[in-house]
Amino acid sequence: MKFLPLVWANLTRHKRRTVLTTLSVALALFLFASLRSVVTTLRAGADVGSESRMIVQSAKAIVFFLPRSYKERLAAVPGVAAVTWADWFGGVYQDPKNFFASFAADAESYLELYKTDLELPADQKATFLRERTACVVGKRLMDKFGWRLGQDITLKGTIFQGDWTFTIRGVYRAVDPSFSEDALVFHYEVIYERYPQWVNPGWYVLRLKEPSLAPRVAAAVDSMFKNSADPTKTGTERAFNANFMTMWGNVSFLMNSIGMAVVFAILLVAANSMMLSARERTNEVGVLKTVGFTDRLLFGLVMVEASTIALGGAVLGLGAAKALYRPTGFSAMGFLPGFDVTNGTLAMGLGLAVLLALASGLVPAAGAARLSAVQALRHVE
Amino acid sequence: MALVALHNLSKSFQRDSQRITVFDGLDLEFAEGSFTALMGPSGSGKSTLLNLVAGLDRPTSGTVTVAGAEVSAMGPGSLAQWRSRHVGFVFQSYNLLPVLTAYQNIELPLLLTRLSKAERHDHVMAALGVVGLTDRAEHFPRQLSGGQEQRAAIARAVVSDPTIILLDEPTGQLDAKSAAEILALLQRLNGEFHKTIIMVTHDPHAAQAAGTVLHLDKGVLTA
Repeated sequence: MKFLPLVWANLTRHKRRTVLTTLSVALALFLFASLRSVVTTLRAGADVGSESRMIVQSAKAIVFFLPRSYKERLAAVPGVAAVTWADWFGGVYQDPKNFFASFAADAESYLELYKTDLELPADQKATFLRERTACVVGKRLMDKFGWRLGQDITLKGTIFQGDWTFTIRGVYRAVDPSFSEDALVFHYEVIYERYPQWVNPGWYVLRLKEPSLAPRVAAAVDSMFKNSADPTKTGTERAFNANFMTMWGNVSFLMNSIGMAVVFAILLVAANSMMLSARERTNEVGVLKTVGFTDRLLFGLVMVEASTIALGGAVLGLGAAKALYRPTGFSAMGFLPGFDVTNGTLAMGLGLAVLLALASGLVPAAGAARLSAVQALRHVE
Repeated sequence: MALVALHNLSKSFQRDSQRITVFDGLDLEFAEGSFTALMGPSGSGKSTLLNLVAGLDRPTSGTVTVAGAEVSAMGPGSLAQWRSRHVGFVFQSYNLLPVLTAYQNIELPLLLTRLSKAERHDHVMAALGVVGLTDRAEHFPRQLSGGQEQRAAIARAVVSDPTIILLDEPTGQLDAKSAAEILALLQRLNGEFHKTIIMVTHDPHAAQAAGTVLHLDKGVLTA
């Protein structure tokens, strides 16, 4: 403790440099935490979804529709308790940058099937189901645009061309934070009236009587449509999400590799700055050795300085990432629901900070310890 | 009785392909309570001798003994601890740490002791009183004159009550008035506090302040 004033005096010798170095470390670790959180959120997304729900999609690709006539046939498959379907709408609100998830759905069965994941007041649900042009909106999306219940909003269709006006009749909350609150759901009939030939299920959702029936139901469904014009591919919702997330595989790789390269570039600059700071004080090392400071003590003091900057930057950068994303409900326009910096990411960030402290502190610390007092004093003189 | 004894001392340096011999079998003693000035031209070995006595440098052969301890045989760790207890060193260019106040600079050697904060405070204030800088305790080196900086450096050298005070050209960067003040202070430390002092200097006037003047030339005592 008695050496802290000496450490502090050295840290504040060039205040601007120390602050900038600390901020560089903070920025690097903020970036690290942010980029890694994209990856961890994507991976977590693969775990979202129920084992007792199954997704039936086109075997050709998810962009192909399935006939609406499949609904009754699916409902008749042994083990299936309920069926619903939905399709991607892809509208934007006022401006192309206001893009979010929006679905045309078989509304009543959709809400019924997801009733355990979505909280929707009964009166709002009833009103929504009564009105054909009504929609329900996630709470976070409502907050984002400042919408209110009963408001008419107009979306511009990107797949289904034209302006589409809906009245907000319900606001849902996600029971599981990983379930997106940035989505809008409306009655498929609205589109059907304008484009009857285009509106078909993008995917079906089945609720099973028991999760253990999943393999049997999947086999039954896929064999039922095997020789049809629209063969199906059936899996659990969790498997569907996991499969969907694998499409982000390259993004994850890019996030990891490019992100880490940027982080290390910044960390190297910070390390160089910290080493420069230590080199400037070679003469003072000689003075301290003359006074009686041991090699080990000087080594420790330089390491404490390097650690203070690295860990200070880590606390700032990782703390900012932790404080920014979750409380503000950041979700990358609904594509990364539940975006958060995990404890694992924080631990890895701290590990990086320790590595930085070692990388930037070891060389000058060892140099200070190894240098003889006479050599050190001669350095400036 | 000799406080410092150099026996059959040899010191040589390797500079590129050349081997430079500074001392070759030097025998020299400094009595306890003495004030000795070491004079000589540049390269005569004055500063090297000071470094050897302080344990900052090692002899090629021979022994350096201070207060009965063979400095030349100590390992690096024990040498540093010995230095903190027995040696006060003053440089020509003061060498105060610019980021510390005069008080904090003077306190540095005491950080290596087991003294409490209050005890360290008492020692530092006493040392500041001896060198007449009590009112400059919280000043940084850049806020002090050259003479004041050197007085603070002397206070740092004496604050732990070392066995011996070594000074390397302590008046070399000072004006005449400041130099006279420093020399008077050294005489007081020697006369009043019985400190053993070895001072390297080029200045004959500064050497007059010492009780004994030794001349070195090419590593050999000439007078």
